[in-house]
Amino acid sequence: MNAIYASDLRLPFERQGLPALQVEALGYHYGDKPALQQVGFEVYPGQFTLLLGPNGAGKTTLFSLLTRLFQSRSGSIRIAGYDLAREGTRALAHLGVVFQQSTLDMDLSVEQNLRYHASLHGLSRRDADVRILEELSRQTMYERRREKVRALNGGHRRRVEIARALLHQPRVLLLDEPTVGLDLPSRKALVDYAHQLAHEQRIAVLWTTHLIDEVHADDHLVILHRGRVQACGTVGQVLATTGCPDVGTAFQQLTGEQQR
Amino acid sequence: MTPLRYLRALGGIMLRELFRFVHQRERFISALVRPLVWLFIFAAGFRSTLGVAIIPPYETYILYEVYITPGLIGMIQLFNGMQSSLSMVYDREMGSMKTLLISPLPRGYLLVCKLLAGVLVSLLQAYAFLVIAGLSGVDIPLSGYISVLPALILSGLMLGGLGLLMSSFIKQLENFAGVMNFVIFPLFFLSTALYPLWKMEESSPWLHGLAGINPFSQAVEMIRFALYGQVNPYAIAYTTVAMLIFVVAAIVGYNPSRGMMQRKTGAP
Repeated sequence: MNAIYASDLRLPFERQGLPALQVEALGYHYGDKPALQQVGFEVYPGQFTLLLGPNGAGKTTLFSLLTRLFQSRSGSIRIAGYDLAREGTRALAHLGVVFQQSTLDMDLSVEQNLRYHASLHGLSRRDADVRILEELSRQTMYERRREKVRALNGGHRRRVEIARALLHQPRVLLLDEPTVGLDLPSRKALVDYAHQLAHEQRIAVLWTTHLIDEVHADDHLVILHRGRVQACGTVGQVLATTGCPDVGTAFQQLTGEQQR
Repeated sequence: MTPLRYLRALGGIMLRELFRFVHQRERFISALVRPLVWLFIFAAGFRSTLGVAIIPPYETYILYEVYITPGLIGMIQLFNGMQSSLSMVYDREMGSMKTLLISPLPRGYLLVCKLLAGVLVSLLQAYAFLVIAGLSGVDIPLSGYISVLPALILSGLMLGGLGLLMSSFIKQLENFAGVMNFVIFPLFFLSTALYPLWKMEESSPWLHGLAGINPFSQAVEMIRFALYGQVNPYAIAYTTVAMLIFVVAAIVGYNPSRGMMQRKTGAP
């Protein structure tokens, strides 16, 4: 199933070995209340990074900034080497997003939803056909492309949303608490699939969650608490610096929150 | 980004709006029934009370049904503009507005695409109404069906722009009922849709003044003239300026750094 592999053409940031997502000294305020302060981290191609933080840590604010729904005056965000504030449309072209709340049109079919997204990214009809076939078959959803989204269960809707986020072959994939509301098998399948995307397709994945059991041993972590990055690095590094035996204890120590 | 990509996005957004429109059959029917009720019941009853003198673009005495037909087309587009605005607020609450706004195209362009898609839907509604009105005896010249098209596009853009602007500062769906009372009704009743300006002057110079500056009046007058293949330059200019003001203000309203998106999408 070989398609238009635009991804074979490497972007400048890839040739230079730069991170796919780079956040530097990012700050954001709601009125006088700081929501994020001096947030900085990087995600390289092929890395699966978990953004962990208790509720109210600033994850949603950070997510809104990364997707340009909000704009900050302090700090910078670079996606695939493009500055989000100055070269917004170029940066967004390399970004795939799965929001926490489903954003599919319930009354349209799976295929109509995907076509709409493909057109927003300027894909031709033929390219859209090929990409829809690829992304849906990879998650065994192609047979169900003519069904209305309303007829699908939560796990299958998530699959469609991930297929949609990948249609335009982004270098960075953001997922905001994507497992919320899913049953255990669907959750595990989703976590595994996202890891596979990072490792096999060299996509830089940033996955926000407050669930510790979604961490794999070779993942990278960014732990956010009260709007600041408390720890950042591979699971091994975070455990070494905190001197904790497992991620759960480290998370608890850094955030003072009970693990769930 | 090539022009082709821009066109594809426009096509996709229009197609989605059409799909949604087709799925909401009730919306189409109510959009059609509302003006027909006015035409067949209100106008028929009102016919004898209101004598319409010969005023341009009409060349003879006309029936009241003929007089209010352009106003009812305006009403269709007014309601459609508010409906689009409602669906944008709904989209924002449901999150599908986000998928639009994170597309790699300038935000202003995406909003204009949304606006055009709404205009397309309003054209379908307006023509369905015109055909029914024509068949039921409202005298419209055949060429009028074509000459009215540019006017309908412009008025659709203006009223859609107003809806877009409102959607940029309406925070929640619940606030929407107020919109009916404070926007749709004043715009409609304080306009030339139901009675000519000179008639209002007889009753109150105040109302006359307000109806004159009401952009909806000008849109209706523009449609009225266009239906008879005539041009009303003042109405066209007025509608165009109003449209530009609404659209630019709406785009500013949706700008992430200074606009109201921040407050609306809210803190976590």
